[in-house]
Amino acid sequence: MPQQFDFPGGRPGQPFKFSPKMLYGIVGVLAILWLLSGIYTVEPDEQGVILRFGKLNRLAGPGLHYHLPSPIETRIVPSVTQVYRNEVGFRTIDPGPPAQYSDRPKESLMLTGDENIVDVELVVQYRVSSVTDALFKVSGLGVFESRGGLVHDACEAVLRNVIGRHPIDQVLTEGKLQIQTEISDQLQELFNLYECGLTVETVQLQTVKAPAQVDAAFKDVASAKEDRERLVNEARGYQNDIIPKARGEAEKMVKEAEAYKVERVRGAAGDAERFKTVYAQYRKAPDVTEKRMYLETMERILPKMTKYIIESDGSGGLVNILNLGKEVIR
Amino acid sequence: MKVAVGLVIGLVVVLLVGNSIFFTVYEFQQVVVIQFGEPKRVIREPGLYFKLPVVQKLSTFDKRLLDYDANPEPIYTSDKKNLLVDNYARWRIIDPLLFLQTLRTLQEGQSRLDDIIFSEMRKELGQHTLSEVVAVNREALMKLVTDRSNESAKVYGIEVVDVRIKRADLPPENENAVYDRMRAERDREAKGYRSEGEEQALKIRAQTDLDASKIIAEAQEKSQILRGEGDAEALTIYAEAYQGAGKFYQFLRTLEAYEKSLGEKTVLVQPSDSEFFKYLKETP
Repeated sequence: MPQQFDFPGGRPGQPFKFSPKMLYGIVGVLAILWLLSGIYTVEPDEQGVILRFGKLNRLAGPGLHYHLPSPIETRIVPSVTQVYRNEVGFRTIDPGPPAQYSDRPKESLMLTGDENIVDVELVVQYRVSSVTDALFKVSGLGVFESRGGLVHDACEAVLRNVIGRHPIDQVLTEGKLQIQTEISDQLQELFNLYECGLTVETVQLQTVKAPAQVDAAFKDVASAKEDRERLVNEARGYQNDIIPKARGEAEKMVKEAEAYKVERVRGAAGDAERFKTVYAQYRKAPDVTEKRMYLETMERILPKMTKYIIESDGSGGLVNILNLGKEVIR
Repeated sequence: MKVAVGLVIGLVVVLLVGNSIFFTVYEFQQVVVIQFGEPKRVIREPGLYFKLPVVQKLSTFDKRLLDYDANPEPIYTSDKKNLLVDNYARWRIIDPLLFLQTLRTLQEGQSRLDDIIFSEMRKELGQHTLSEVVAVNREALMKLVTDRSNESAKVYGIEVVDVRIKRADLPPENENAVYDRMRAERDREAKGYRSEGEEQALKIRAQTDLDASKIIAEAQEKSQILRGEGDAEALTIYAEAYQGAGKFYQFLRTLEAYEKSLGEKTVLVQPSDSEFFKYLKETP
């Protein structure tokens, strides 16, 4: 209990006149000040914790309050509604914008269940749910004291434990949500075990990727998948090109055949009709008609031809013809 | 004047004496009261207590859960793999008197824990393979290490609440082997995808060619049938028309054939007494 007897200074050279009244006054003022030192305010984000002789006595919400002055009662007024943040695998240097981060490869590289190595960054948000547990049951929380490490240690341990239970493909792709849930659950379990009065709010995996050393190989897998799609698409393109053309050609062939059929049938019908007509005429006078037709035909075809008329008794014979042939050729 | 000075002096004396007799134990503290080196009382509940001035001294310890962070140590697993294990532990002093008697200070406590936990850790992990340590039952192993460490630490008044592997990493040379393996695996996977693509593409192309040939062949079949039908129908029509007029048909068709087949290049050699020319020679 600091008790200072601070006399109001007189003018130099003039000796100070001490009176008992003055002393009572000073003691009285100090006593009032001492009693007033118990007045305190709790901000909306804070909670007041009052200890009487070191033992938890009561909690106080936001507002103006009074406690018996020290050393009878002491107060601790920590901020409790704040959401705290723990980063694994990286640190935010400057929240920005633009935000700047620095990598912590020692933290972010870890073994997966199938003994591969993966690069994982994690952000855990948590808040104080029991201020008395956080204050009195654990050390190293880093929330109400500068020396921290508990939350970070727990996050790292849980993250590695969970990632160690999953194969790399699951970690990199479809397993993220499940992994987040598992981390959240295990972390809360650990917080409960430590009785540190913290509640996990959110667990978010940030970048989850293959380590830089093997990144190219992983990217190649992605491009191989695209290559596969491309090859299949090209083939489908070929299919879309060829099949309609074939169908068209087939249609054309069938139509041509149909046309042929029609032509053939109609032609035959026409021929038949013509023949019937001519035959009807012919039957009226067969001999004459036959003769006439023969002569008419000859009339039409003979003018175009080269004609030789030879003796029917064979005189001259074949030789004449050959000579004639030469003449013709010449 | 005398009264006032007396009051002030009295207050100061009360405060000084009170300070050496009374002491506060806070929620997070536990205290051992020592009289001439002999522990007299252990106080684990918070509140206001008194002691004899001068002859009794206090030794105060933290009651909270404390941390212990070891340096990463290489540990061999049962399959002769080298793991760089970085573990931490949470512990608390449950018997401050025992702790005071055996270890005295927190630092001493830390280094004793170091011995206990590391040896338990090495013993336990040495019986399991790397994949068991990393993947399968890390939690069960850690529970075992925690329990055993806790058992060993009891004699120091310490409770080990939790031992946990923070990091278990491979040393750099093994790490490179893992990277090589990962690369090989991915290369294989990539090749698989590419040849799968080629396979599918080839299948599609082959199927396409087959389908196209089928379409064409079907069309050919259909058109041949159509043509055949046309021919047959025509034949029927012709046959019907020429029924009973065979001789005339032959005559007519021959004439037509003449007309079609005999042209300018035809050389006709005819005897002069043929049907057509017979009138050239003899007057009728």
